[in-house]
Amino acid sequence: MNSQNKLLVSHAPFWHIGTAVPARHYNTIIAALPAILMGLSVFGVPALAVMSMSIASAIGWELIYTKIAKRPNTLGDGHAVMIGTIFGMLLPATLPWWAVVTGTFVAIFIGKQIFGGIGSNPFNPAVLALAIISISWKNHLDFDAQLVHFNFDFNAAHPLVALKAFGPEVVQGYSLTQLFLGQQVGGIGSTCGLALIIGGLYLIIRGFVRWEIPFAFILGLFITATLFHMAAPERFAGPMFHLLTGYTLIGAFFLATEDATSPVYPLPMLLYGALGGIMTILIRNIGSYPDGIIYAILVINLINPLVDKIRPKAIGKVA
Amino acid sequence: MLSKPFFGYTQPKFQYELLSTKLPRPAITTQPATVTLLLPREMGPNPSPILKPGVKVRTGQRLTWDENPGPAVVSSVTGTITGISAHLGDYGRKFTAIAIAVDPKDDWDKQFAETRGDLTLQALTAHLTGAPGAPPLETIANATRPIETIVIYGGDTDLLVDTNLYVLKSQTAAIEQGIKTLKKVTGVERIIMMVPGDSFQNFDGHFGADVRAVPNSYPQGQPLMIYYRLFGRILEQGQTFEGQGVVFMRAEAVASIGKAVTDGRVPMEKIVTVVDKQGQKKVFAARIGTPVGNLLKAMNITLADRDRLIFGGPMTGTAVYSEELPVLPDTDAILVQDSHDVVLSSDYPCINCGECVRICPANVGVNVLVRYLEAGQYQEGANLYDLYSCVECGLCSLVCVARIPILQYIKLAKFELAREVPAEEENE
Repeated sequence: MNSQNKLLVSHAPFWHIGTAVPARHYNTIIAALPAILMGLSVFGVPALAVMSMSIASAIGWELIYTKIAKRPNTLGDGHAVMIGTIFGMLLPATLPWWAVVTGTFVAIFIGKQIFGGIGSNPFNPAVLALAIISISWKNHLDFDAQLVHFNFDFNAAHPLVALKAFGPEVVQGYSLTQLFLGQQVGGIGSTCGLALIIGGLYLIIRGFVRWEIPFAFILGLFITATLFHMAAPERFAGPMFHLLTGYTLIGAFFLATEDATSPVYPLPMLLYGALGGIMTILIRNIGSYPDGIIYAILVINLINPLVDKIRPKAIGKVA
Repeated sequence: MLSKPFFGYTQPKFQYELLSTKLPRPAITTQPATVTLLLPREMGPNPSPILKPGVKVRTGQRLTWDENPGPAVVSSVTGTITGISAHLGDYGRKFTAIAIAVDPKDDWDKQFAETRGDLTLQALTAHLTGAPGAPPLETIANATRPIETIVIYGGDTDLLVDTNLYVLKSQTAAIEQGIKTLKKVTGVERIIMMVPGDSFQNFDGHFGADVRAVPNSYPQGQPLMIYYRLFGRILEQGQTFEGQGVVFMRAEAVASIGKAVTDGRVPMEKIVTVVDKQGQKKVFAARIGTPVGNLLKAMNITLADRDRLIFGGPMTGTAVYSEELPVLPDTDAILVQDSHDVVLSSDYPCINCGECVRICPANVGVNVLVRYLEAGQYQEGANLYDLYSCVECGLCSLVCVARIPILQYIKLAKFELAREVPAEEENE
């Protein structure tokens, strides 16, 4: 009963909806492009250099790792490119090349590969890398110091640093519209709220990101900031200012939603996002860091496996 | 064959295809030159003198390996045996393949007609286990625990398949007769007839069975899902339907029983839905044992290298390796997939996107379960992440972004765990 044709034999199901891992990553990069282009238009050529260095070195480290570890080459899945892109978006435009390369090394090697590669990383690699290099080279990650030679046609003090140093009166010096349109000092791809929201909505509509996490993140941040502001308006800035400054929107749409480190069930996603928003404001308002997003996201990455245990009962289960 | 739309936020949902009210007449295939029957046991010593090349068999004649009691197959044609060989089925099931060169004219065997006077479960079992729809009479006869409920599903469990719904709509009288006979010979009082929701009004009260509606969305027609819907339970590790006093039956199997009783002959025409590469389909009536290639030829389907030929539907079927394989009593559909439509699964790791979890009709924590299964930790998967709640619908594999063969892992895990259990069960 042998056939003349060599038929393909495998087990069911025989249909696939056609999605693939690379598409997910490349779409995230596409979604990030508006924010990056806005950053490049504000910070100019140095920002382009940092972005390029970040993406290229991330690819390089991934390649080196797969060679050393004798693993199949995984460059094609776009994960390294995505990590490089997101990491670059968080950096100041003048970060020295060696710091960028160290950062991507941390992201790819320590953040991702030593835990078993894609899908196994306990922390968002880009966030972990930024946390480590911002502790290591504090001055290089100080936006005000790094961008001192730039001439901006807007208030060129990092809004959150100014807030931390001088209290909420400085908020008057910033226009919310300008902040929303990216007229502020910050990471290359993390200043323009409008572009980040466009990218985030693109990811949500295409189904690459679930709305629960960004929604809960922003809601948690907004409510907590409002409560602080209402309790002591002379000490704490209002919620809109927190929403439009620092890494808030890139955190909500691009960092907190990373696949491997975020929950998959609805309630855990809401808890995870809300906790991220609350942590951010707690760190900003009563912690010692001006911008709490990075550490807030590391903390929620940590609770992800825990909250994701809250899941609906499978059918037929009584306990 | 499927593609994700640009806006991907919503989950894909599948509806079973429902036949139009105007039923097509099944295309009758021409008599095949040879048929192959699969006797469900492996070859052994001392074959019966009938099972020799050159021996003539009649239509409806019962063939067994030897005189000892054991599985039998009923010849679907009149002709001459041309070869006996071993055949390995899915999941390592062993068969003996009996090839028969077909005579143009049927010469019916009388043995079944003679037993018709006083029908017993044994007599039915002996002749009808290989009838269209594969009535699970042997299971009923041999169950260690008495069967309390027979569940007949009048729809099809998989997508694209029309067979059982077609039989339900076109052979209502035979099904009614079949239910009556089943009640008489098995003594099972509780017969539940599940019909697709929209047909409910048409059939309620017609069958002498408890008619219930099944929602028309996939995978509500899967046996495990129906079992849960009816009894609120799942099959736990090592349990079988018959161990729980329940037997599932195709509508076609019941119709076969009904027809056999009415006509005094074992029916031989299997209704098969054939779906071509473009998704066009046609309902055929073919003799059991007909090579699949004959049906493909009748539909003008040509196979090329790396195409897939599937027995059953796209979600739970079985890919086969040759168009020479015969139509079996339980072959409800034959699906041909072009090599361009084949998406291969991969060994890429899970990226935790959660698509599987959101589509799972059984609320199984697939994303973590599959990590246990990939590591071979089947028992842990069963204990901690609800392996046995899985209804094996395949939707998780369908949407998996990393293209992990999730359903395959799950079926393998259940298979491996089941191999450890029988010894314990037998000692009970």
